[in-house]
Amino acid sequence: MPEMNLVEAVRQAMDEEMGRDERVFIVGEDVGKRGGVFRATVGLYDKYGSERVIDSPLAELSIVGVGIGAALYGMRPVCEIQFSDFIYPAFNQIVSEAAKMCYRSNGEWTVPMVIRAPYGGGIGGGLYHSQSPEAYFTHTPGLKVVVPSSPYDAKGLLKAAIRDPNPVIFFEPKKGYRLIRGEVPEDDYIVPIGPANVTRSGTDVSVFAYGMMHFYALQAAEKVAAEGIDVEVVDLRTLYPVDRQTILQSVRKTGKALVVHEANLTGGYGAEVAATIAEGAFTDLDAPVRRLCGPDVPGVPFSHPLQDWFMINPDKIAAAIRELARW
Amino acid sequence: MPTQVIMPQLGESVVEGTVTKWLKQEGERIEEFEALLEVNTDKVDSEIPSPASGVVLKILVPEGQTVRAGTVIAWIGQPGEHVGDETPAGHGATAQPVAPAAANPSVASAQAGRDRDLGFISPVVARLAREQNVDLSQVKGTGEGGRITKKDVLAYLAQREQATPAAEPAAWETPGEGDLFRPTELMFANAAPPAPASASPVPTPSPVVAPQPATPAAPVSRPMAAGDRLLPLTTMRRAIAERMVLSKRTAAHVTTVMEADMSRVSAHRAAHKAEFAQAGVNLTFTAYFVAATVAALKAVPLVNSSWSDEGLVLHGGIHIGLAASLGDEGLIVPVIRNADGLSLLGLARTINDLAERARSRRLQPDEVQGGTFTITNHGVGGSLFASPVINYPQCGILGVGTIKKRAVVVEGDAIAVRPMVYLTLTFDHRILDGASGDAFLGKVVQVLEGWA
Repeated sequence: MPEMNLVEAVRQAMDEEMGRDERVFIVGEDVGKRGGVFRATVGLYDKYGSERVIDSPLAELSIVGVGIGAALYGMRPVCEIQFSDFIYPAFNQIVSEAAKMCYRSNGEWTVPMVIRAPYGGGIGGGLYHSQSPEAYFTHTPGLKVVVPSSPYDAKGLLKAAIRDPNPVIFFEPKKGYRLIRGEVPEDDYIVPIGPANVTRSGTDVSVFAYGMMHFYALQAAEKVAAEGIDVEVVDLRTLYPVDRQTILQSVRKTGKALVVHEANLTGGYGAEVAATIAEGAFTDLDAPVRRLCGPDVPGVPFSHPLQDWFMINPDKIAAAIRELARW
Repeated sequence: MPTQVIMPQLGESVVEGTVTKWLKQEGERIEEFEALLEVNTDKVDSEIPSPASGVVLKILVPEGQTVRAGTVIAWIGQPGEHVGDETPAGHGATAQPVAPAAANPSVASAQAGRDRDLGFISPVVARLAREQNVDLSQVKGTGEGGRITKKDVLAYLAQREQATPAAEPAAWETPGEGDLFRPTELMFANAAPPAPASASPVPTPSPVVAPQPATPAAPVSRPMAAGDRLLPLTTMRRAIAERMVLSKRTAAHVTTVMEADMSRVSAHRAAHKAEFAQAGVNLTFTAYFVAATVAALKAVPLVNSSWSDEGLVLHGGIHIGLAASLGDEGLIVPVIRNADGLSLLGLARTINDLAERARSRRLQPDEVQGGTFTITNHGVGGSLFASPVINYPQCGILGVGTIKKRAVVVEGDAIAVRPMVYLTLTFDHRILDGASGDAFLGKVVQVLEGWA
């Protein structure tokens, strides 16, 4: 099985789906001739032509608006938002149009659209190239929100997203694009949207994370394993709809839960996980549910020391695990 | 409900007693406080009064037999009432009165859990304890601060499955641990509204109670009338109780009272309040009392000391604790460290800060430790003077009453209206005698009255 990095897996998924289904096309800023600023679409323009890999104007509203319209006409658009930080001009299209279409047309019309959006900080991108806006979308019934954390999942989940009849926001951990490597089968497979994945089994503390933070959580679990702390790591993968059962099962086993995300704490996705645990596994808790999240400041700072202060890393996760294990 | 008669602990180091004579026999009527039996301990014979009115239902310890303090030796109740059958041998002492109706094992264990401060019981620990009928007071906690974790309960269950656990020694069999007078669960036995005290057919072994060396050595009877409520003891309440009783039992408290004319302090405060406020500091009278105390401690260093069996420990630093009320919850004593190094402004600022953080529960543990002398400003509640309990092992505590305008006779035999305050020094007579105590308090007065 070939090993590849996460962005290569994303590219392969799109390539395979475009080859499999003529209705699939890509639209976004610099996705065509340039191959995307993160090189996610390299080679696809040459392979599928300018009608299926479309360079858009710098107008996210129109990228998503075009996607919705095309989807209603039966196409399978894959919209790329260059940085998830730029998604807000399209917010109305996503939340008020794409998410509600199926419901308001009583199931007659659906929007089978994927919006790919590289997210996350730690890459020296400052305020406008580092954001993690997933919580704005996990509050929106009618959307699916997916965040892969491995090349295998990235390919399988993206293929599932393209085939899904609903609008899917596909957040890709850009810091992990080249950092995270893994084996990816060459054949056609999907990873279903919905189920979380227990990526490490343990008995002392459950760590819930997704995307880059899941990658770090595994490293942190490795660190503390040497100290005798047996950590269970759950990769949530799909944030909406959330896999409550896997979350609760894990907490029932360990009694202690740590939720990690790099988006800021208040109103973040971790609150949903914590509430799920409090409602569904209260009598299994042996410690307060702990959230380790980005601080409540307006952006990821550009200054490197401040960026390091903001960002969650494996050491910070390990420290939080130790604290919880000791409790 | 029948009442137990317990072998009392007739002295601090006395852990057993011999029944020399029963003054009432089974079936005889007795009134509360009427002499019920005679007990001999070491050298002394004592008459033991009945804890309740009623009929002697059952005598469990015959004359001549010696039993440990805390042992149930008889039952008092109404004629025909059923009582437990246990003998005083072994751990029968801790058997609880039987309430034949409302038998519920889980409640029994839950009640036993209140015998000591178990720390926070997490939801999963509570559930496991209920489901598996675990007496949490028998589970050793390994979590932070000794908290009982889920793992601790699981380990206990695994161990319990392997072997019937040996009976724990009764509290009074482990010196220095536990309430030496009567097992705590007996105090709580007929508490808690859904009152099934025990359902175990067999007398249960006593749970080990937490060290409470200073709990009052008198029987705490708790008649619960309809409408009464039992407030569980908080950690703070318990800590205060232990500290207060330890102090009262150990230090030889003597209180001396003086009064001070606060005219000059009031004038100084009025003149400087605005200036201090500009520096962000609220200038309170407390700052002056601390400053005066510092001066007096320097003048009479013996007051800044602690008792130890090896000798008097004269403290090099002057660290002044200030009692701060937390309402019904209790009180806390943050410490101004090296108070002698602070100006009036510095003192006022530190007091503001400590008081504010005491109220908002944000004091650090080391900020409430290491005091060498304590001031309690009980006057804030209107109290004129009081005899506070020494913050043991410190030597003394200054009580500050309310500042009140009074007609006083001043020089020239004139009567004047002056803001007066009563100051008390309560000191440990083992360390100080009256002369030194008065010298200290006199210095405090002198500094306040001569404030410039």
